[in-house]
Amino acid sequence: MEGQYSEKVMEHFRNPRNVGEIPDASGVGNVGNPVCGDIMRLYIKVDENEVITDAKFKTFGCGAAIATSSMVTELVKGKTVDEALKVSNHAVAEALGGLPKIKMHCSVLAEEALKSAIDDYLKRKHQPSD
Amino acid sequence: MRKVYLDNNATTRMREEVLEAMLPYYKDIYGNPSSIHLFGRSARTAIDAARAKVANLLGAASTEEIIFTSGGTEADNFAIRGVAHALKAKGNHIITSSIEHHAILNTCKFMEKEGYKTTYLPVDKDGVVDLDALKNAITDKTILITIMYANNEVGTIQPIEEIAKIAKDRGACFHTDAVQAAGKVPFELKSMNIDLASVSGHKIYGPKGIGALYVKKGTKITPFLYGGHHEMGKRAGTENVAGIVGFGRAAELARKEVSEEARKLTGLRDYLYKGMIDQIQYVTLNGHPTKRLPNTLNVRFKYLEGESIILNLDIEGIAVSTGSACTSGSLEPSHVLTAMGVDPADTQGSIRFSLGMDNTKEDMDYVLQVLPPIISRLRDMSPLFENKEK
Repeated sequence: MEGQYSEKVMEHFRNPRNVGEIPDASGVGNVGNPVCGDIMRLYIKVDENEVITDAKFKTFGCGAAIATSSMVTELVKGKTVDEALKVSNHAVAEALGGLPKIKMHCSVLAEEALKSAIDDYLKRKHQPSD
Repeated sequence: MRKVYLDNNATTRMREEVLEAMLPYYKDIYGNPSSIHLFGRSARTAIDAARAKVANLLGAASTEEIIFTSGGTEADNFAIRGVAHALKAKGNHIITSSIEHHAILNTCKFMEKEGYKTTYLPVDKDGVVDLDALKNAITDKTILITIMYANNEVGTIQPIEEIAKIAKDRGACFHTDAVQAAGKVPFELKSMNIDLASVSGHKIYGPKGIGALYVKKGTKITPFLYGGHHEMGKRAGTENVAGIVGFGRAAELARKEVSEEARKLTGLRDYLYKGMIDQIQYVTLNGHPTKRLPNTLNVRFKYLEGESIILNLDIEGIAVSTGSACTSGSLEPSHVLTAMGVDPADTQGSIRFSLGMDNTKEDMDYVLQVLPPIISRLRDMSPLFENKEK
């Protein structure tokens, strides 16, 4: 099973980009649960032009979960929030040179983590500050 | 790069002596053992000698109690289906445990489709079968009890003689899947109340594709394959002569070395575990602390997922597994750890280190050098670990 990972997946697994937290994040997304073996937390920093200037993650999960977390943060950096909302799980999997069928759910989780972080950002934005 | 193989419960490296014993049977001695001419007789002689060696490893009373099969899985299928069918008139109830290998569990599930009923016994936190539950589960319809000798994932050794005694007292046939125990711990089947036992060649440094079912004299069992008179009329098909010869040679060597090897591996295994708990936090042993296979160390690293650990160790040349090799294509948490009551989230971070005769102290030191930074790097990445720290 492990042998079916593409070189790109293994490269992101060995050297994951953007691991960590953003203390003053504009939005944070939490998805997954430990029983299923994957949890992702994704942080985004959004500037006044609605551009995602930074993204970081923390993930508990298999090789594919770590690689998709790494890739999704790479894909959204520099994109506007609207553009980032269009990043699909297939785009994440494709950018990694594909995923074994049994691991496709990891790319879904990465998409959900991103959507959840953006939701959180939008919620915060529309909340009246006190 | 250093290569360290620590997945010997999945399979072992075939020994040089075994390969040498086998080679003539792929080349010069190619006769069919059932033929009466010299070519056939030479092959027959080799099979007889190998059968005696396997019988000797298991401490069987007679060589005729050994029936060669294609491996452990076939032996398990043979035992359950053969006994259940032979005793159909007597009852339809089978008892097994919840931590068996899938060769047992899925055969039992298949039997349920044929109208048999199965009870899956619970185990305690160390993976030991609950004997009271066993006694309570037996009814006058119980025809077969099948409990593994030692578990493949965590290595826990069952109180097999007590279980066999209970089965005998209550008139049920008793089978044990001894695939992981044979060659690792010594036993003498002739002095135990075990009616059937499954063993496999490739777990004891022999070839793949060969195993055996021990069937105690007088045990009722229907044939597994129909055809010629091979294997006491119980398992038809021209014999895998080279495989049988290799299995025999491996069994002969195992018989001679089992006690010494067990002592050596226990030492290395415990050294490895001590090194881990000295250097890494939140490590817990899965399996019985002492009643365990000498070569098996299954530990859980809290807040982590197993595959990410395995992949990182693989990059460093160290081969381990999460549980059973047969289930690594599945995303389900280990049924063994779940039955032992391990928190479902924690089953994910469990790794099995299964040692073998080639391993040295230097191998253990290499693991202890490579593993702690991997664990710490993955934990830095894990949101679960961070929650814990806060």
